[in-house]
Order: sequence, then structure tokens, then C-alpha cells
Amino acid sequence: MEIPGDLRFTPSHEWVRMNDDGSVTIGISQHAQEQLGDLVYVETPEMDMSCDAEQGVAVVESVKAASDIYAPIKGTVVACNPSLADTPELINSDPYGDGWIFTIMPDNPDDYEQLMGPDDYQAMTENEG
Amino acid sequence: MSDTSKKTPLYNAHLDAGGKIVDFSGWQLPIHYGSQIDEHKAVRTAAGMFDVSHMTVVDVKGADAQTWLRTLLTNDVAKLSDGKALYSCMCNEQGGVLDDLIVYQLSETNYRVIVNSATREKDIAWMQKKKKGDVTIDVPSGLAMIAVQGPDAIANANTAVQKMLSDATVDMLDLKRFSAKFVGDWFIARTGYTGEDGVEIVLPDSLVQQLWQTLLDGGVSPAGLGARDTLRLEAGMHLYGNDLDEEHTPVESGLAWVVDCDDENRNFIGREVVEDHKAFGGKHTFTGVVLEGRGVLRSGQVVQLAGQDVGVVTSGTFSPSLQKAIGMIRISKPITGSCDVVIRDKPIAAKIVPLPFIKGGQATFS
Repeated sequence: MEIPGDLRFTPSHEWVRMNDDGSVTIGISQHAQEQLGDLVYVETPEMDMSCDAEQGVAVVESVKAASDIYAPIKGTVVACNPSLADTPELINSDPYGDGWIFTIMPDNPDDYEQLMGPDDYQAMTENEG
Repeated sequence: MSDTSKKTPLYNAHLDAGGKIVDFSGWQLPIHYGSQIDEHKAVRTAAGMFDVSHMTVVDVKGADAQTWLRTLLTNDVAKLSDGKALYSCMCNEQGGVLDDLIVYQLSETNYRVIVNSATREKDIAWMQKKKKGDVTIDVPSGLAMIAVQGPDAIANANTAVQKMLSDATVDMLDLKRFSAKFVGDWFIARTGYTGEDGVEIVLPDSLVQQLWQTLLDGGVSPAGLGARDTLRLEAGMHLYGNDLDEEHTPVESGLAWVVDCDDENRNFIGREVVEDHKAFGGKHTFTGVVLEGRGVLRSGQVVQLAGQDVGVVTSGTFSPSLQKAIGMIRISKPITGSCDVVIRDKPIAAKIVPLPFIKGGQATFS
């Protein structure tokens, strides 16, 4: 699957998309969902919670294992994907679209610019094997 | 992945089928071939096949084979007639479980025992150390093993085996459940680890790729270790290392039924402790739970009753058949009704249910 060019990434396999209102939406990469396998449960963050960069705020679980999802940058949770409660498999079928997990309003908009671009992320996953 | 990890003769067949390979107690085996849930459902509704060539085959022969196995195992092989299989534990002197296994009686002087792969060296060393009388223990090499499981498994396996052996007299339909027979040097057993009907076929490793391909051509779905785990857990079957270990007796792991104390003269290893636990209870009991709140049960999670720790989840998963999280728990006292399981520091409500969770394709509780 092609990695959309407008995304940024974290070393822990979250993708981050900048929205028009300055908020950022977070999900997990195609590579990450493939590694996890069939997803069966998602615990989204609490609304309005403040989070630090690299703080574990959500959990995704496949049949196989649980995996923490980290906030990519410091900010406040402003939205969570309500569809994941009943259809966590959206993360498998559409990781960069309907499988989004949550949205935060960054404290510092410049933090987004520090995240990895798609090419660097692709190179990282290829090095991981 | 270590360079020492072993490949079964079906390694390339797994890659061809899109298998995602993981290290499983030193073996490179597929965790799934794309979707663990689809593979699970294929076994529950039609037929799936597993490469179980990593399992350890031990042949026990000799004039004293039966006598000796009656001292080695918690279940009593004297109950077996020729061609029948028995599930048992093998314990140490303290009654702790060294392994669980299936023993097949071919005759009273000829048994085939299939033990786990992770415990292979330990088991063989134990058996050699405890060997008595006219008994030989042989671990044959050059074998491979495929388990074909599911409601259509027997029909599919029958067609494939008849095609390969060009022998229409090979009929698995006359093989009763929990029975086995040799057809030439192929060993065919109507046993499995999924709760479905099916066969486990041990054959020369030079022929296993052809059998795999013939089964595949006949419409049998390859299934990985992931589906194997969810299937066995739904069926209430134990996984050694999770649900069974040397720290607990079979009774403390819910396997009192594989401890046979009927013959008071049969002094099997560990009997003193195990018999006491069977009669009066051990330090723990064992049962199933279904999570009522949201989340997934995993081994190691703590079980609580009214805020007090009372036990631990030994195996847990999300059941594809029930669409609920299920688990096995070992607890310090019997509980009925409900309990909590601590998931990420939060107690989540769970319901106590008997094992298995699924029988004949249906949930055993409401």
C-alpha cells in the first residue's frame, strides 16, 4: 500500500496528519497493522486529556497481542474515532483513513514539523526487516 | 531470529501461502497466512491444516512398555485397547506437570507418545532416567506431521491420502475418534488440538510437501499458530507453559480427569501429591472466564474478587467464534458467578464459566 505523502510518522509506527484547523489526527501505519494482525479491540484516549509527546494514550489489541499507541506530540485530545468500538477492524482495512484513532490539538504547532516524513519512515521499516 | 532456529520441510510451502513466519520455541513457523480470524473460522466451519512437524514423536516399545508407562503417566494406559489414544500428564515426584501428551497404544508392547516441542529435551531426558525393565525409547527422525481439522477434515484428508497412497482401502471414516492406525509407514490418528473432528498424520518428511499440496488443492485452508491458539483455547485445551507447569499439579490446572487413581497398586510418579489434591483439593483451582466489560484477556492478568487478588489468567485471547474475550484462570479458591480481571490497572467484570467455551461449534454457556 502506498504511504500517503501528506503524513508524518513516529518511530513507534503512528502516522500523523495535519488538519486545516491546526489539529493533528493519529493512527497506526499499514506496516504496524500488518504486524499486529486482525484487530479486535481499541481503547481510545479520554477526551480533553492533556498528553505529552511519547505518552501512551491508547491501546490497540489484535487476537495476538496488545500494543500501546503514543501521542506523537504534546497537546490535548479533541476527538476519538467512535467507530472503532464496534469495528476495530477498520484499522486493518483502512489504516490511513477510516481507521484513524484520535485527534489532538498541539500545544506547539511547530512540533509537527519535527516528525519523520514518509520516505524516512519507509526506510526505517525496511531496515527493521 | 537466531540462526539456529529450525525449519520444517514445509517452510517453503508456508512462504508460498503467504505465511508470516515467527520463532516458536526454536522453530520457524507461520503465525498466520494473512488473517488469523479467517483461518480460525475455516477450521470451525470447513477444514484447515496445520504444520505440526515440530511436535516430538517418541516410540516406546518392549515387553515392559505398558508396565513402565503406567508408572510414568498420571492417566492409566491399561484402559487402552489397541489403536486407542489417551491424553495424560507426566509429573515429577512433587506432582508438578513436566508435560502433557497423547499416548497411542498400537499393542501392549508398542506405544507412540507425542509430546510438546518446547519440552522435548527435558521430556526425553526424564523418560531415559526413569526407564525400567525391557523398554526401548526411540525418537524417530525423518518424520513430519500435518493436522487436518474441522467438520470437513476427515473427508478432505481421506481424499488426499487415498490419492497419494493410491490405496482406496485407506478409510479414515472407520477410524473412531481418539483412535489411530498405521497405513504402511504413515501414522494416522483421529485426534487434534482444536475441538473439531480431524486427523493428525505423521509421515516421512520426504512426502509431506506433496500431502500439503494435495490437501491445498482439495480446498483445505492453511492455518497458523495464531488460529491454533484461539481454537484450542475455545475448546478448553491446555497449553503447556501457560496453563500447565512444574509448579502446579494437574488437579490445580483443571486436569483432575487425567489423573487415574482407580488401581491403588499403580504407583505413578507424583501420585502421593496428585492423589491428595484430587481427593481434597490443591492450593489452586482452575476454570474459565468470559470478559463482560471491554478488553482482551491475556496471560498474566490478575484475577480479583471484591478487590482482593485471588488468581491469575493463564491463557487469554479474543474468541473469534464468540466475539468475546475468553481466558483460563488459576485461582486460590473456587469462585462461582463473577470476578474482576485487572486490565491496565482497571478491574473489568468477568463471568466464571466452565471449560470448554465451545463444544460442537456452540457456546457452552449463555
